[in-house]
Amino acid sequence: MGPSGTAKTTLLRLITWQVVAERGSVQVFGSEVATRSTAELFAMRRRMGMLFQNGALLTDLDVYENVAFPLRAHTDLPEPLVRQLVLTKLHAVGLRGAARLMPAELSGGMARRVALARAIVMDPDILIYDEPFVGLDPISMGVICRLIKDMNEALGITSIVVSHDVQELASIAHDSFLLSGGKVVASGTPEELNRSDIPEVRQFMSGLADGPVAFHYPAPDYREELLGDTGEAR
Amino acid sequence: MSAAADSLPVVAVRRIGAMTLFLLQVLARIGPALLRPGLIVRQIYNAGARSLVIIMLSGMFVGMVLGLLGFDVFQRFGSEDYVGVLAALGNLKVLGPVLTALLFAGRAGTSLTSEIGLMKSTEQLTAMQMMAVDPVRYVVVPRFLGGFIAMPLLAATFTVIALYGAQLIGVQQMGVDAGAYWSQTQNAVDLHDVWEGVVKSLVFGVAVSLVAVYEGYHADPTPEGVGLATTRTVVISSVLVLLLNYLLTAVFLTTK
Repeated sequence: MGPSGTAKTTLLRLITWQVVAERGSVQVFGSEVATRSTAELFAMRRRMGMLFQNGALLTDLDVYENVAFPLRAHTDLPEPLVRQLVLTKLHAVGLRGAARLMPAELSGGMARRVALARAIVMDPDILIYDEPFVGLDPISMGVICRLIKDMNEALGITSIVVSHDVQELASIAHDSFLLSGGKVVASGTPEELNRSDIPEVRQFMSGLADGPVAFHYPAPDYREELLGDTGEAR
Repeated sequence: MSAAADSLPVVAVRRIGAMTLFLLQVLARIGPALLRPGLIVRQIYNAGARSLVIIMLSGMFVGMVLGLLGFDVFQRFGSEDYVGVLAALGNLKVLGPVLTALLFAGRAGTSLTSEIGLMKSTEQLTAMQMMAVDPVRYVVVPRFLGGFIAMPLLAATFTVIALYGAQLIGVQQMGVDAGAYWSQTQNAVDLHDVWEGVVKSLVFGVAVSLVAVYEGYHADPTPEGVGLATTRTVVISSVLVLLLNYLLTAVFLTTK
């Protein structure tokens, strides 16, 4: 968790090696990410599923083909088995009936559910969610929240959820880490974070407009800028 | 970075180098991409079949203009029979491949760039990478091959329609004798001229398709970035086609 612009998504990109760290160490599945070859990196990614903010569905394929995409790319499974797997995953997210819709015909919440079905179709060990609740209505948010929890429990996997929706995360997370200014400022269960005295944590958990994260973007002195020598606002 | 490093020649050389490396990446993945011919066939349809109407219409009008101009010039010397020669050589060697490539850049090239650029800006390419799928192989190579295969076919269509358009004006409207028209054409055109057109259309197919997929793949993932990349596709591929046309014409003239 953490306020906008605090490098939450960058952290996910470091874990998945979409960006390379200049310093420090990133270990996934027990070994350093940066030392892996491209083939090893792709093998690592096959054990991960990622849900993007907007779903990132392939717009020229329908829902069914989107979910089947990783299977077709990585396996030579016979078509009846692909169909069975795809429909099972779509049923799990409640969208078996939408299999032949195109991405443009889906609502934001539905697109994310399809993306979730696609993310789990290869039975990953880790599921990564990048801001899964952004821009969703309360019903869709509740659906995604329930799905994240159900998937985690049913598949017995590790889920990493990046978000700034405190309530939703508190209802599903076993552990939380609060990032601020590119650093982890607190960690623990959501209840522990709620009881924290650290100013950054208090501001974030209570949604205060001003605090360590300032309301005003850094700027010259207000009076001086308005009433400066030129008499003109710059 | 110094001003010299951002000067036009440096930027141009850097871009040519980057495009060459990208072409090598694309060529290295053609083998695996051929295992999924359905993707390539779909792109041939997108780039080729969907450009047919504009190519045929343009070919017809270009041929008709050549017929008119040729008749106007040649009748002054009493050599109207040569209208067919002008139309055939002009279309086969230059106008067919060049105009098709320019139209192809505007119709299919921009479509390729904006499609790939939008896929990038909506994180579809990143999603593929996260699924351990190489987007160059699955997105870029089929589109490159589709454009490369469609371009010569479109140039051939353009040339044939333009020849018909020139004949329509020269023979049907202006009354040039059909026998003389076609026999002069047959005498003047040899296989070397046909090859010149074929080679040019193949080279232009590589150039325009490469520029289109390169610009799309490297577009800034923003609405403005995709718009700029689309514009660059038209500008760079048009200039490149005209430059290559000059070089190839010179080569074919010296080897005749």
